[in-house]
Amino acid sequence: MQTGNSTRYLVIEPRTSLFNLNLKEIWQYRDLLEMYIKRDIVTSYKQTVLGPIWFFIQPIFTTIVFMFVFGGLAGIPTDGIPQALFYLSGITLWNYFSESLTKTSDTFLSNQAIFGKVYFPRLIVPLSITITGLIKMLIQFAVFIIVYIYFMASGRPIAPNAFALLLPVLIIIMAALSLGFGIIISSMTTKYRDLRFLITFAIQLWMYATPVIYPLSVMEGNYKKYIWLIQANPLTAVLETFKYGFLGHGSFSWYALGYSLLFSVITLFIGMAIFNKVERSFMDVI
Amino acid sequence: MSNIAIKFENISKQYRLGTIGSGTLSHDLNRWWTMNIRGKEDPNLKIGQVNDRAVKSTDDYVWALRSIDFEVKQGEVLGIIGKNGAGKSTLLKILSRVTNPTTGRIMVTGRIASLLEVGTGFHPEMTGRENIYMNGSIMGMTKAEITRKLDEIIDFSGVEKYIDTPVKRYSSGMTVRLGFAIAAHLEPEILVVDEVLAVGDAEFQKKAIGKMQDVSRSDGRTVLFVSHNMGAIKELCKTAILLKNGQISTNGTANDVVREYLSNPVRITSQNDLLNDHIQRRGNGEVRFIEIAVNNDAIFIDPAEEIRIKFKAIVNTEVDQIYFSLLLKSPVHDDPIANTGRVCLFRNHVEAGTIINFEISIVPNTFRTGLFPMYLWLGKEAELAAENYPFDVVDSVYYLNLNSNKSQKELGYKSDQPGGYFNLNYKIENLISK
Repeated sequence: MQTGNSTRYLVIEPRTSLFNLNLKEIWQYRDLLEMYIKRDIVTSYKQTVLGPIWFFIQPIFTTIVFMFVFGGLAGIPTDGIPQALFYLSGITLWNYFSESLTKTSDTFLSNQAIFGKVYFPRLIVPLSITITGLIKMLIQFAVFIIVYIYFMASGRPIAPNAFALLLPVLIIIMAALSLGFGIIISSMTTKYRDLRFLITFAIQLWMYATPVIYPLSVMEGNYKKYIWLIQANPLTAVLETFKYGFLGHGSFSWYALGYSLLFSVITLFIGMAIFNKVERSFMDVI
Repeated sequence: MSNIAIKFENISKQYRLGTIGSGTLSHDLNRWWTMNIRGKEDPNLKIGQVNDRAVKSTDDYVWALRSIDFEVKQGEVLGIIGKNGAGKSTLLKILSRVTNPTTGRIMVTGRIASLLEVGTGFHPEMTGRENIYMNGSIMGMTKAEITRKLDEIIDFSGVEKYIDTPVKRYSSGMTVRLGFAIAAHLEPEILVVDEVLAVGDAEFQKKAIGKMQDVSRSDGRTVLFVSHNMGAIKELCKTAILLKNGQISTNGTANDVVREYLSNPVRITSQNDLLNDHIQRRGNGEVRFIEIAVNNDAIFIDPAEEIRIKFKAIVNTEVDQIYFSLLLKSPVHDDPIANTGRVCLFRNHVEAGTIINFEISIVPNTFRTGLFPMYLWLGKEAELAAENYPFDVVDSVYYLNLNSNKSQKELGYKSDQPGGYFNLNYKIENLISK
């Protein structure tokens, strides 16, 4: 990307191989990635009174409502974990996943104006959304830590164990999975808009198939027949591992976590291949 | 490859006609089955089909570009000409990688920048300074490069005072100036200028062409220039290509190609479609233009010829008078330069359903060359009261395209000659109503 003496060669061809992902080009455009992330964070709360406080309000209030509805009215047990911590951990992780998935799945439709005018590696946009979401999640994680310390100080029997160190792996799984699914859906919506409607309620339903508001053990006790469905969900292991590592309750198995990791990596690769194919021709079909 | 900047090899682009969405799945499956499973050619591509908009195609697919082969040398200024729909914009879209060619390949040496992407990616909530970084990185500059040129860009844009104000507070002119300032500092090896798309924003157009001249003359960069203005093509470009129905019809020196283009006036048969779907159509519709033809739909007129514009209008609701007006705007800025005033066509009652035909003729050598937007009006003599809306207004839909294969010098135009507003010497002829 330098002007001056170094000359770049460029070949424009109808189609390249499916897995010519051109990661080098994304690296060349890393400054643009940074600009996109900065833009999303800086502009999301412009002209609001509370500004970045909104990052914290959403998980806190959702947790309070969950405590009332699911913990109080429905009486779903939380494996002996304080309700506030249980729901807060679920919501923080789930929100990250669902928000990045929803936003990345709209990449082509919401950016068609700019994509129609200028070329840059299109993957920059969904990638920036995933990273922006990650930064938001880490900010919200601070709320979790504060509540966590409060409960620890008040003498509740919770303490992190060595499995809490798996947090980066859990984040990678969620990021890869939301990015992978997001770009698959985004690529397909350029032609078939039906998926746009499907995705909004599919994400809502998906939450109930993930141990966000209930622990896996409750499912095992009550619905043994359908437990395979919950276990097939790659996010189950993520949430269970998180709760196991930080709160000492829940179930953990290396197999389940390995399955999730493999699942998310494969999804990401399929997604990138489809995205790569669609980004070259989508202006003609959108 | 050392001195060739761009090399097009057998570039073709195919589009589907009609709506995309319903029924595509079956097409997709059919294509996928034939190509990938049976290993045959795409069944939807037909060979030798020519893209002519005027003839209704029997096929769902059309070639916007067909077998384009040519080379552009480094430092060459190449003009691309052709009538609307000839494939000029598609060619530029493929070159700027917005869309992919269906066949063939292009080899490019150096960075391409296009002057049509002014202000792309501006975010209204961000300040001017933030947007310089955003827009610059979209166009492929690195952060360090932008920082180095930041002061220059701000200076060139002339919006220094507002640079830390969100862009949503900018006037549209300020936004364009800022956008252009960024584009002007890209320093690409290859510059693409599409004048056709820049029509309407006069200041930007002038600046873009000025910048193009600087770039090609002083820096020896490669420039691709798309224009309908033959004078500009001849003055700025050494070589040119003429596109016709998606194919290169002539390739050579700018003079030869322009002569070829002007000697084959191509009729735009579907121009009256413009009357049906243009959003700028105003007026209450009591009387409407239904056909407008400039010199029998010639694509351009030599300034030395007489200009004849034929009109056909229909009276939808009975009216007690009909007046007509024609106003021509400047090709450079959007100001009126010549006008007929309100011309009386009918002073008395005209019944609904009447078809009116008339012609207006303008004496030769009234205008210089250029693309003059026309403002056409039908209405009542006085328009003071609120209920006296015009019947019909067709604004900047039709253009008077005056072109000559002589250069400005040969035509004897002097730069210090005054231009401006004058009354038009015209005649209304052949007024018939039935």
